Amino acid sequence: MKSDKWKPWALLAPSLTAVFLLLVIPVCFIVVYSFWLRAPSGADIPAFQMGNYAKFFEDFFYPGILIRTIRIAFETVLLCVVMGYIPAYFFYRSESRYKRVFLLLIMLPFWISFIIRTMSWINIMGDSGLINHFLLKIGLIETPIAMLYNEFSVLMGLIMYLLPFMVLNIYVSLEGIDKSLLEAARCMGCTEWQAFREVTLPLSLPGVSAGCLLVFVLTAGTYLPPMILGGPGNDMIANLIFKRVIGTLDWPFGSAISVILLSLLFVIVWTYNRYLGINQIFKSFQGK
Amino acid sequence: MKKISPGWTLIRLYTILVYIFMFTPIVVVMVLAFNPKQFGIFPMEGVSLRWFVKLAQNESIIEAFRNSLVLGSLTALISTAIGILAAMAFIRFEFPGKNTLNTLLLSPIMIPEVVLGVALLLFLRFLQQPKSFALLLIGHVVLTLPYVLLIVQARLVGIKKEYEEAAKSLGANAFQTFREVTFPLLLPAILAGGLFAFTISFDDITATLFWATAQNQTVPVKIFSMLRNSISPEINALGAVMIVLTVATPLLGGYLSRRFSRAKP
Repeated sequence: MKSDKWKPWALLAPSLTAVFLLLVIPVCFIVVYSFWLRAPSGADIPAFQMGNYAKFFEDFFYPGILIRTIRIAFETVLLCVVMGYIPAYFFYRSESRYKRVFLLLIMLPFWISFIIRTMSWINIMGDSGLINHFLLKIGLIETPIAMLYNEFSVLMGLIMYLLPFMVLNIYVSLEGIDKSLLEAARCMGCTEWQAFREVTLPLSLPGVSAGCLLVFVLTAGTYLPPMILGGPGNDMIANLIFKRVIGTLDWPFGSAISVILLSLLFVIVWTYNRYLGINQIFKSFQGK
Repeated sequence: MKKISPGWTLIRLYTILVYIFMFTPIVVVMVLAFNPKQFGIFPMEGVSLRWFVKLAQNESIIEAFRNSLVLGSLTALISTAIGILAAMAFIRFEFPGKNTLNTLLLSPIMIPEVVLGVALLLFLRFLQQPKSFALLLIGHVVLTLPYVLLIVQARLVGIKKEYEEAAKSLGANAFQTFREVTFPLLLPAILAGGLFAFTISFDDITATLFWATAQNQTVPVKIFSMLRNSISPEINALGAVMIVLTVATPLLGGYLSRRFSRAKP
């Protein structure tokens, strides 16, 4: 064979250049900027000082938002597992000829704009929304119940966004299970439930944990549901970044918060990869 | 297999409930788009197309649609082109640092979009460049590249190297081999990847909100700025148009790719 060592590099050149220039360098910039100073005039002054980080941890306000973000992310993960496992199992075991249609339908929200799916909760939970209209009509309540702008409505928005990711991850790992293992278990006298508990469930756990990681990371990095469906007390860390960067143009502080968020997620992803391996997550995007 | 067991019935019921949960917001948007009244949400007072007419007459919304379509198409084109090249390198060659580089190219999936948005904007600010359409385009390429790469790689693994080697031994050069052998076999994945890139770009809001300007609004950004006041039938109508567009595209794509792949051995 001729020496074609240079070939892969030529093929990779455009994408590596793009990712390096547009991702690696900009992220390094955030780190550098997070040490800079913001002059009272609004100009950014190059410096090396920890002031922005000190400001974040100076009282309980900002760490509180960080803790809230982690809590909401855990709640979302939990709700997504509870709501997502059974439908994924249903697709896996179903022998209906409409199985493909079911699967297509659960994928459909991926194609529908995040902002539309989020704002539509106002149509449903608003004062003259679907639920209040229905309850008023049947005479269960006299005045509309306020359902929006609290943590519950934020969670609804998040689940709407993230549930398909969870279902897909679980389904992909269920599909990977050799069905003859199940038959073997049944032959050896397991009941349907025992076979599920001893064979299917443990073998599907890689998919569940991959889904959990993905949902956690995506929740921690989003600001839209709290912004549209949350009240003043429901801001998450990404909202804080948005407000500092777009609202008050405080770039150094915004950068410091971004670095804090990035480090938190890095620790989580790194730990996950160390013990469980990250490749399972990428599988779900390929298995269509 | 027994399927009529009470357990299975419960599972089915649960799945239906999850479906209802997932689809109610989407259906409600589509229905309320026809709501004739100006304020409040329910009850609907008849069916009307007035909000669609109003949308069609709104210059800035037409402009936003044009921006989104151009942006989505260019993003899909660039992402797919550089994604195919990278996938060829990863699947067809052995070289040092392969796994690390693959992870690097896939990493935008795991980096929060809000950080990506800030980072790119900050870099631009350092270079003292104003926000522009080009910023949206390069940003969207970075956002979509990992998905294209995953889809194309998955398909390329399944295409035997022998086909390419046969073509080469018959005297085809590298480019001819790609054009005549690899490309047609890869076409379904290329279409799927391109469509995925298009819809991600078309729908993106989190990072786009950082990069867009008043002159370069996309449809989701437009919806976001309209939401400032409150939800209105006009927003629902705009949402309905977007839903129809983004749902029709992949269905069409899926149909096309199945046809193309069936035509091949």
